[in-house]
Amino acid sequence: MQDSIFTAILVATVVAGTPLIIAALGELVTEKSGVLNLGAEGMMAVGAIAGFAAAHHSGSAIVGTLAGMAAGALMALIFAVLTLTLLANQVASGLALSIFGVGLSAFIGKPYESITLPAAATLRIPLLADIPVLGPVLFNQQALVYVSWALYAAIVWFLYRSRPGLVLRAIGESPASAHSIGYPVIRIRYFAAMFGGAMAGMGGAFLSVFYTPLWVEGMVAGRGWIALALVVFATWRPTRVLFGAYLFGGVMIAQLFVQGSGAEIEIPSQFLSSLPYLATIIVLVVISRNVNTIRLNSPASLGQPYRPDA
Amino acid sequence: MLHWRGMLKIAAALAGAMGFAASAIAADAPASICFVYISPIGDSGWTYQHDLGRKEMEKALAGKVTTKYVENVAEGADAERVIRELAQSGCRVVYATSFGYMNYMEKVSKQFPKVTFMHATGYKTGPNFGIYNARFYEGRYLNGVIAGKMTKSNVIGYVAAFPIPEVLQGINAYTLGARSVNPKAEVRVIWTNSWYDPGKEREAANTLISQGADVVTNHTDSPAVVQAAEEKGKYASGYHSDMSKYGPKAQLSSTMHVWGDFYTKATSDVLAGTWKTTNVWGGMKDGMIKLAPLGAAVPADVKALVAKLEGEIKAGTLQPFAGPVINQDGKTIVPAGKNMTDEELGKMDYFVQGVASKLPKK
Repeated sequence: MQDSIFTAILVATVVAGTPLIIAALGELVTEKSGVLNLGAEGMMAVGAIAGFAAAHHSGSAIVGTLAGMAAGALMALIFAVLTLTLLANQVASGLALSIFGVGLSAFIGKPYESITLPAAATLRIPLLADIPVLGPVLFNQQALVYVSWALYAAIVWFLYRSRPGLVLRAIGESPASAHSIGYPVIRIRYFAAMFGGAMAGMGGAFLSVFYTPLWVEGMVAGRGWIALALVVFATWRPTRVLFGAYLFGGVMIAQLFVQGSGAEIEIPSQFLSSLPYLATIIVLVVISRNVNTIRLNSPASLGQPYRPDA
Repeated sequence: MLHWRGMLKIAAALAGAMGFAASAIAADAPASICFVYISPIGDSGWTYQHDLGRKEMEKALAGKVTTKYVENVAEGADAERVIRELAQSGCRVVYATSFGYMNYMEKVSKQFPKVTFMHATGYKTGPNFGIYNARFYEGRYLNGVIAGKMTKSNVIGYVAAFPIPEVLQGINAYTLGARSVNPKAEVRVIWTNSWYDPGKEREAANTLISQGADVVTNHTDSPAVVQAAEEKGKYASGYHSDMSKYGPKAQLSSTMHVWGDFYTKATSDVLAGTWKTTNVWGGMKDGMIKLAPLGAAVPADVKALVAKLEGEIKAGTLQPFAGPVINQDGKTIVPAGKNMTDEELGKMDYFVQGVASKLPKK
């Protein structure tokens, strides 16, 4: 019994962490190119409703996921036009995108409020899923959980092992230098921003198509903001994003289990809910203490508009 | 040239005519009745039930009233602005349906003495400021009886938002109901600290189910808990609305809020000029709380028992909080032979025996 509860906590932790991983990895790529898009919450919300609507009409969770990605990318495109072409302030535009996205999703979602989707079955990997504890946690999950791991591996390879990834990072560090040796800074930043949007949209679609297969207004419930915090918490490293997401997800799930078990709780659950943000602030303070750690961790041109001279 | 007295006559006639016209408008034009909602109406839940009530009232008083509503109004400075605008725009009655509107509404009610203000779930009143609420716990008690009969594991899960008296009344009544037919049943509570976070509500329900609960219920606003029970093949007691479309097999019954009759009566009273500051706290006998049709899984003998108990609650012979009420620490709150007063109900800050979880420390 003790064992099965432990397994149940881990299974739920992986599921709760997945939308955070997907959205935060996307934001990571965007920020690595020097673009700060604070609109994750809005892009996730629009991804959630677009994914839900498409999955409902097509009857396919895959179509739903793709629609969520497309919607997220479209939202990011709006942001990119504003900030990269028209050089609007990135922080203000990102916040506006969040508010706009949450409102827009509510507007589009009106007719979908009473509908539920059939629960998507988990994808069981034969043999491996029979391993005690690890089996159900790692090998009997929703399809998008495996996708999130594949994305993680692909992004690590892309950023640190591929030439385009190197260029993307160079642009994030010094757009002027990259421009001077002939790289299309703005075009690459467009791609990075839209990739981030697509990933946020996929995270949203995971919520509405797989996690709780229904659409209700406000269902993203702050997960976009946690994804943003996660990128800073992870000091812009994909592996830390992965573990950070499970840590944040695990804290929430463990807290529910402690409550359900009837144990005396000494820590108020409100405090636990605020932990991701507190942890992020602490990381920020720690890395901001000296110039070198900032330089090593955050992309140097993050959030700064860039206008090519010629 | 007109004599000055002639001019005065004309003026008086004009004024009279205008006055007559104005009073004619007041008598014939339908009165505007306005509603302020905390969340979007959606298709189930707290606000949805109030909006059903609004529509019923509009139908019952057809021709005499027109209604309008503002949805998704946050409990803050926005609420004051919205309530004031409604009062200014000529609403005869303003209904506000969330606890946090209380102080703003009180403030605006003093500035518009001719408008009647009605506030759901609050406790402040004034000469033109009344309150109304429903005895949700009566429905909870009966749902608890069904849950107590249906559980095989004797573990019942309860996903709740915040430990405020209204929520505690529900948990305690549900527990007392379940234990009245199954003394071995225990209720486990998980707080989500949010009225509305479907992901978290679902995780909380799954957590309770993995800890052995085979009946779950919720005091939050989304259908996620009923849906989670449906997927896991467990039972659920709904809340606010009939949630059976989210859990056709899972839902045993639901505690439904029915506001239509109340809105019709209160509005007619205002229009007739007979309204006085009211403190309405209606229950099953007033038709403000109803049970959703019992699910197919509920056997006939339990259905009969629930029908009998429902009759007793309506007749007033069965009180969910009749003594002895003993709290978790073994302290007697209400001795045998006595009933809990409304004031004591409104101050509830403990779990009764049978709740396995502990309240968060203050």
